Order: sequence, then C-alpha cells, then structure tokens
Amino acid sequence: MNRDSNIYTIVYAAVMVVLVAVILAFTSQSLRETQKKNEDIDKMMQMLRSVRVIVDATEAETTYNQLIKESFLVNKAGEKLEGDAFGTDVAKAFAKDGALPVFVATIDGEKKYILSMRGAGLWGPVWGFISLDKNKDTVYGADFSHQGETPGLGAEISQPFFSKEFYGKNVFNAEGVFKSIAVVKPGKGVEGQAYVDGISGGTITCQGVDRMLYNSLDRYVNFLKSNN
Amino acid sequence: MGKLFSSKNKEVLFSPLSKNNPVVVQMLGVCSALAVTAKLEPAIVMAISVTVVVAFANVIISLMRNTIPNRIRIIVQLVVVAALVTIVSELLKAYAYDVNKQLSVFVGLIITNCILMGRLEAFALGNGPWESFLDGIGNGLGYGLILVVIAFFRELLGSGTLLGIQVVPQAAYDFGYVNNGLMILPPMAMFVVAAIIWAHRAKNKDLQEN
Repeated sequence: MNRDSNIYTIVYAAVMVVLVAVILAFTSQSLRETQKKNEDIDKMMQMLRSVRVIVDATEAETTYNQLIKESFLVNKAGEKLEGDAFGTDVAKAFAKDGALPVFVATIDGEKKYILSMRGAGLWGPVWGFISLDKNKDTVYGADFSHQGETPGLGAEISQPFFSKEFYGKNVFNAEGVFKSIAVVKPGKGVEGQAYVDGISGGTITCQGVDRMLYNSLDRYVNFLKSNN
Repeated sequence: MGKLFSSKNKEVLFSPLSKNNPVVVQMLGVCSALAVTAKLEPAIVMAISVTVVVAFANVIISLMRNTIPNRIRIIVQLVVVAALVTIVSELLKAYAYDVNKQLSVFVGLIITNCILMGRLEAFALGNGPWESFLDGIGNGLGYGLILVVIAFFRELLGSGTLLGIQVVPQAAYDFGYVNNGLMILPPMAMFVVAAIIWAHRAKNKDLQEN
C-alpha cells in the first residue's frame, strides 16, 4: 500500500475523524446523567454556602431540601412568577431580561432570600449567590464561583475569607436608594455605599465581581422593594 | 518480566527524570509550567493528568505508527491527543467533579502541551507500544517533578501556604514578614525554572553548552 498516495491520506483522515466522533459522542452521552447530577449538587452546595451552611457533596441534597423549601421566579417589575427556579438558565435570563430565580431558605426560623448573580471575570464567567435577611437589604451571606480565574489571584474570590467580608453589608443606602456593594482595592473606600476589600493581584476579577453585584442586584431591585 | 524492564527500557523510563528532563533539558512544556504552578495542588493534579495523557497518546500513536500517512501525521497526532483529553475531561466531570472544577481550563490546555507533540513526534512514531508507554510515563513524571518543585517555592514564598495549609507562622507576619506577591505572578515561575536549570547544569557538567 502506498502510504503517500492522496486517496490513502483522504480515506485515512475520513475514517479517523468519523471513528473519533463516534467515540466522543458515546462518551458524552453515557456520562451526561452523572455529570448533570454533579452540577446540580455543586449548585446546591453553592446556595447553601451563601446562607453560611457548609456541607459536603454527599449531604448536599438532603440539607438543601430541608432548608430551602420555597423558590419562585421574579421578573424585572418585581412580580412573582411560577416556574422552575432551580433549572433556570441564569446566564440566558440576565442576557435576555428574563425572569430570575429567588430561593427562600429558613435558617434558625428566619427567612433568607437567595438571589442569583452572574458576570464576567478576567478569563471567563464568574457567578454566585447572595442571601439577604428578611428586610431584603442586609446581606446574610454570599458565595462566589468562577470558571477559570488565575489560581492564587482572581480565583481567591471563591474562598470563604472573601465572601465573609459581605456579611452585614447593606445593598440600599440610608435613604433607601439602591447602591449595591462595591469591591475596592484594599485600603481604599467609597462614599455613600457599602464596600469590601478586593484581592491584591486580582484586580480585574474583583472589578468583574463589583459589576456583577451591581448588574445582578439591579435586576432584583423592584422585587426587593416590593412586599412580594 | 526481564525483557519488559531491560536496561534500555529503564533508561527510557528514568532518563526524563533528570538527564533528559522534558522541561529543563528538552525545554518542552515551559508554558504550562508557568501557568499552573501558583499553587501546589493544581500543579500535582496537572502533573498526573499530563502523565496519563502522554502515556496513552504515546501507546495509541505507536500502535498506529505503521499506518499513519506521513503528510498528515501531525493532524493525526492532534486528533488522538484532543480526543484523549476530551475523554479524560468528561470522565473527571462525571467522577471527580471537584478536581475538574479546580483544573477548569487547564485540562483543555493539555492538548497544546508541547511535551505531548514532542514525545509523539520524537519517540512514539519510531518505537513499539511498551517502550512508548514507558517514555510517556517517564516524561510525564519528569515534567511533574519540575512542576511540583516550582509550585512548592511559589506557594510557600507567594502565599505562605503549602497545599492550602498555612506554614509561615502568624508570628512572622506580626514581626514584619510579607508574602512576596511577585511569586504568584507568571514571570517569577520563569526565574524559578531558570534557577532549577542553573542548579541542574551545575551538577551535570556534560549538559553544559559552550
């Protein structure tokens, strides 16, 4: 067989590509369900962390079902809608002004509202959950995740020391105007709104988190002001 | 068994650890050695993933070596590596979700790791599957060794931790010690690699170029 002939080369390439495609499709199909389950559990753990509950993957589902019993969607005007809050594609909802999920957790008999956030970091998307007390103003807890921020720098936003800074901060100022919470360079500050220290060396990621907080919470403002 | 670990095969397996190290001697895979070494943990997982992928890619290419059309051999190598990396990444996502989350984009980057293409081209195309497997394991470990050494110094001096555990005592910070923020940034990895090469060449005089 002449291994340098055109026909051999073309047939070889075609067969190889089809074969690899079949193998990859098969792998993806057969692992899909396990992967989906892992993603759901991960999401539950993120939400639980945002209400200061830390569990490992094996207990996530039971704890989640115990603590978070109510969930609904809210549109931009702040009206409650029925729908599958957990399964909502938040990225799409933010992009298209769709309805966003709200989860209600009961911690020590107190209601906490868990809101979804999504934005862009330095290398890819960043997202998270923030929980507010029943006055819908004071932050109870928060949790941040990222796809590929730099380890040791921007990636530190997912560490507890960063999310803990948000505890007790207010989203509205004293006059009741929406201000969000700023993420600033350590040592700096801003007038007229709550702020937390960013991470040295993770400036662009922190700016992304800052914008994410503003843009995401802004979409919930009408819901937060209403009595729904 | 004697034949499987003949002296030639031992050479294939162990020489990449020092005398023929992929990073400090062959100068392959330096790019990822900069990217994943800010912390020790991702460096270790990356080392294991690369070892697995390079070993199996070597075996597959070695089995195919007599059929691959010469003109598209690089494409064939890339397809094999990309398919393998995708499968590893899917498996991690299903069975080791935490690890997958930590590695995130770096798993995909294994595809472009020069060590893979380098070993496939230089070794697997001309040797049998078993030798190629050993060569892959050896080079993966040689790469991993350098990665771990770099990550050790970068995490220790940059963050004061090792594997996420605080090792520099609080007392040192109270006394005025400050973490070296530059260590976390990629350029310092370059200096650490250079320091390793310096030490390595000083010890192995035969590797020195005039």
